[in-house]
Amino acid sequence: MLRWSDAIAKTNAEMAYQFTFHVPQALRQLDLASVEDWVVHAMDLFDKMGLYPACAVFRNIAGFADEVRDKLNGMALEDIAHVLELFVRGLSGRALKLDVGDEPYTDTETLFLPARVARLDDREQNFRLYKAMAAHQWAQTRYGTFRVSLTEALAGYADPHRAQRLFQTLETIRLDARLAHDLTGLHREMTALRAALGEQLYPAAWEAKITRLRSRQADVRDTLALLTELYDQELPPPVCYQGTLHPEDVEATMSARLAREHFELHVALQQMLGEQEGKAAESSENLAERFSLTREENDSELGGEFSMTINLDGQPIAPPEHVRQLMDSILQDLGEIPDEYLHAAGDGGYRRAGEEKPDEDSWKASYQDEGALLYNEWDFRRQHYRKHWCVLRESDVPPSDEPFVARTRQKYAGLIHQLRKSFEALRGEEKLLKKQVNGDNVDFDALVEAWADMHTGREMSDRLFTKHHKHDRNIAVMFMVDMSGSTKGWINEAERESLVMLCEALEVLGDRYAIYGFSGMTRKRCELYRIKRFDEPYGEEVEKRIAGIQPKDYTRMGVTIRHLTKLLNEIEARTKLLITLSDGKPDDYDGYRGDYGIEDTRQALIEAHRCGIHPFCITIDSEARDYLPHLYGAVNWTLVEDVKKLPLKVSDIYRRLTA
Amino acid sequence: MTARVLKTEEYRITDEPYYAAQGEEIVLFEAAYQNRLPVLLKGPTGCGKTRFMEHMAWRLKRPLITVSCHDDLTASDLVGRYLITAGETVWVDGPMARAVRAGAILYLDEIVEARKDTTVVIHPLADDRRVLPMEKTGELLEASPEFCLAISYNPGYQSVLKDLKQSTRQRFVALEFNYPKPELEQKIIERESGINATVAAKLVKFAGMTRNLKGQGLDEGASTRLLVHAGKLIAAGITPQSACRGAIAEALTDDSEMLAAVNELSASLF
Repeated sequence: MLRWSDAIAKTNAEMAYQFTFHVPQALRQLDLASVEDWVVHAMDLFDKMGLYPACAVFRNIAGFADEVRDKLNGMALEDIAHVLELFVRGLSGRALKLDVGDEPYTDTETLFLPARVARLDDREQNFRLYKAMAAHQWAQTRYGTFRVSLTEALAGYADPHRAQRLFQTLETIRLDARLAHDLTGLHREMTALRAALGEQLYPAAWEAKITRLRSRQADVRDTLALLTELYDQELPPPVCYQGTLHPEDVEATMSARLAREHFELHVALQQMLGEQEGKAAESSENLAERFSLTREENDSELGGEFSMTINLDGQPIAPPEHVRQLMDSILQDLGEIPDEYLHAAGDGGYRRAGEEKPDEDSWKASYQDEGALLYNEWDFRRQHYRKHWCVLRESDVPPSDEPFVARTRQKYAGLIHQLRKSFEALRGEEKLLKKQVNGDNVDFDALVEAWADMHTGREMSDRLFTKHHKHDRNIAVMFMVDMSGSTKGWINEAERESLVMLCEALEVLGDRYAIYGFSGMTRKRCELYRIKRFDEPYGEEVEKRIAGIQPKDYTRMGVTIRHLTKLLNEIEARTKLLITLSDGKPDDYDGYRGDYGIEDTRQALIEAHRCGIHPFCITIDSEARDYLPHLYGAVNWTLVEDVKKLPLKVSDIYRRLTA
Repeated sequence: MTARVLKTEEYRITDEPYYAAQGEEIVLFEAAYQNRLPVLLKGPTGCGKTRFMEHMAWRLKRPLITVSCHDDLTASDLVGRYLITAGETVWVDGPMARAVRAGAILYLDEIVEARKDTTVVIHPLADDRRVLPMEKTGELLEASPEFCLAISYNPGYQSVLKDLKQSTRQRFVALEFNYPKPELEQKIIERESGINATVAAKLVKFAGMTRNLKGQGLDEGASTRLLVHAGKLIAAGITPQSACRGAIAEALTDDSEMLAAVNELSASLF
C-alpha cells in the first residue's frame, strides 16, 4: 500500500491523499487483488478524464465492490467485440462496425451495444444476450426495417414516441419470424433468453392479428399497417435484446450511403463498359441506354429473396466482386435498385467523402480520426501500462526533388563498389552437399566407398546421396531512424547517407527491409514516417523520400517500437531485426524523459523480443554507455563516435550482424 | 485385407467419379486434349479441381498420374534417377517419364509449391514440342498424342514467392474454378454425403457466411470439400454443430476468436 501511495503521489498529490484516506475501508470490502484493480482503474480514469472522476472511484468503494461481483458474471463488450464483429460480418457481407452505446441501436453502419451486460447470472448467458442484441440489429438492416422513412411514418400519430415503441415491438415479432426461418439455432437461443428472463413478446390477445407478420412476404409496411390497428392497445414491455430505434440517425447514415453508392455504382458501371469495349467510356449519358436491370425472384432456401442482374445491351453480364457487393448493399437498403441508379448521380457528380483528404493541420489537431493508432505505454512507477496512451499516425515522408541519392552515390562510389562485393559474398549460394542420407542424386564417391566397406565386412554408411541446398538468408530487417530535432545538420545528413549505402548493400543481399522514421511531440502526436515499406521496391520514390528526411520534433521511442514490432510481426521471416539509428536518449515534451522514457523504451524492446524480434541500436551519442546496455543488453548496440563515419559503419555493422 | 499394388501408369479409373460441371470446363478440357494443349486449372482449395481431373481421366479413358508438388520436389523426382541394384546402376523413370511413355494424363497438383527450377522441366512438354529431354540418360522422350499435361494452382495465396512465372503460365489453356453456385453446391453435398436437402442448404449457407469472413482473419472460406466432410459426419449421426466445428471451423483457423465467431455462426443456423 505504501508503495502504491508513493507511486500515486508521483502522479498527483490529491489522488494519493484520497487513496490513503479510503484504502483501509477498501481493504475491508475487497480482497487484495481487487484493491489493486481498484487503484489501477482509478489511475486509468485519471489519465483519461482527470482528477474528479478518479477521486470519485476512490470514494465509491461499495460501487466498485458491486462492479467486481458484476465482473465475475457480466460480460464486457471489449472482451467479445471482435468475436461479435466477425459473427455479424459472417451473417452478411456488409461490414458493420461495433461500438459502445448507452443502449443497443443501429444507424445501419454501426451497431451500438452497451459496454457491459450483466443481466443474467453467468457469463455464457450474458454473451448470448450480446449476440442476440447484435443479431437483432443486424436483422433490422437485413430484413429492411428502414426501407421506409420511419420518421415520416410515425409523425402522423398523436404520440410518435409511443407509436415508435409499439412499432418496434411489432417489428421485433416480424424479425423474429424471419430469423426463425433463416437462422433456426439463433432464434432458439433468443427464445431461451426471453424465457430465462421471464419475458413475453406480446399479449396473447394479439395472436390472431400478428400471423400476418410471420409470413415470409411480410415487410415493414405490414408492420406499419398493423401499428395503426393496434395503436390503442396497451404497450407490452420491451424484449431484452430489442434495444431502441433511432430513425433520425438511420436516415442520415442511409442517405449518405445511398448517395455514395449511387455514385460508386455509376463509376463501376462505366468502368465495366470501358472494359467491355476496351476503351474508356466517353460520356455518362449512354449508361442507361446500354445497361438494364432485371429482377429475379429467388424462391430457393439460399441467398436473399431475389437478386438483380445487370444486362449490357440485353445480355446478362457477371459483375466483378466489388460491384456485386455494392448492388447487394443497395438492395438491402432499398429492396431494389431503381432505374435512376443508371443515370448520372446529381449534377457534376458526387464527391466521395472518403476521398477528401484532411489537410495536415486538422490531422494533428484531433486524435480520434481515422488512421490513428492507440498504443499502451509502460509507467515504471506504477508497474502498469497506461492504456491507449499514445496516438500514433503513419504518413509518407514528403518526397524531395533534391538529387541527394545520386550525390551520395557519387561521393562514395568506390566504397559502394567495395560494399557490394563484400555483401555479395554473404549472399546465399546454392551448395552441393555430399554424403547425405537422402537427396536428389547418388553420390558415387560415397557409394564406391560404401561398396568397398561392405565387401571388407565393415559397416556400410547410409549417407549415399548428394543434395542441392540453397542457403536461404530469410531475414527481414526494419530500420527505425531518428528524425528528432536534435539530428539537425550533420547528423541528418549522415543518417540519410547511411540509408543510401544500406539500400545499395541490401539490394545486393536480397534481404527484405523497411525503413521508417520517427518523431513526434507529446503522446497525442507521435508520428511515424514511411520511407520504405517491406513490399516496396527500392526505386525513385524511395530515393526521393530518403532525400526528404527532415529533422522534426522529439523522440518518443516506446510507441514507435511497439508499432514497428507489429509491422514486423506481419512479415514471415526466420530472422527479424529491428535496428534503430539514434542520436540520444528517448525524450519527449510531456515528461517522457529520464527513467520514465528509458523504462518505457526498455519495456517496448522486451515486448519486441518476446515476439522473436532482435532489436539492435546504432547510436552516435557518446553517453550511450550509460543507458543503452540497460535498454538493448550488453552487446546489442554499437557506438559510432564519429558522425562522418556513420555511412561507412552502418552497412559494415549490418554485415557483421547478419553474417 | 491387402491393398492392391499397381504401377502408377496402370491405374485407370473405371467407375465414373461424380462431377457436376460448373460451366463449360468439360467441353473446354476435351477440346484442349484433342488439340494436344496443356491445361492449367486454377481455383481455391477444395473446389473440385482434383475431382475434375479424375472425372476427365475417366471420360478420356486414360491413366491418371497425379504428383502433389512440394517445395523439395526436384527435377529428378519428376523425370527419373539412377538407382543401384545388385551392384549396378539402373535408371528408374520418374512419374513424368512414366506418364509420357504410357500416354497418360499427368496432373501436377499445386504446381507453385514446387521449386522454381523444377517448374522449368515441364516447359518442353508444355509447348508444341511435346518432348521430355532426359539429361542424365541422354534421351529424348517424345509424347504420344494421348499424353496430356495438366497443372493446378491456387491464385488465392497472395505471396510473391508463390506465383506462377509468366513463361510457365503462358503455355497453358487456363480453366478457372470457383466454389459452385449455391444450388449446385447443395446438390453436390447431398450427393456426396447423403444428407437431406434442408441440411445441405444450411451447410451451403454456412459456407457463404465463412466466405464473407475471407480477408477478415480467414485466408479462405469453407470449401466444398469441407462441406462434404461435415455432411458425411452429420449423415453418420454427429450433431450438425459438432460436425461444423470439427470438419469446418477447426479446419479453417486456429485463431480462438475466429473459431468462436465461426462456431456462433453454425450454432445460429442449426
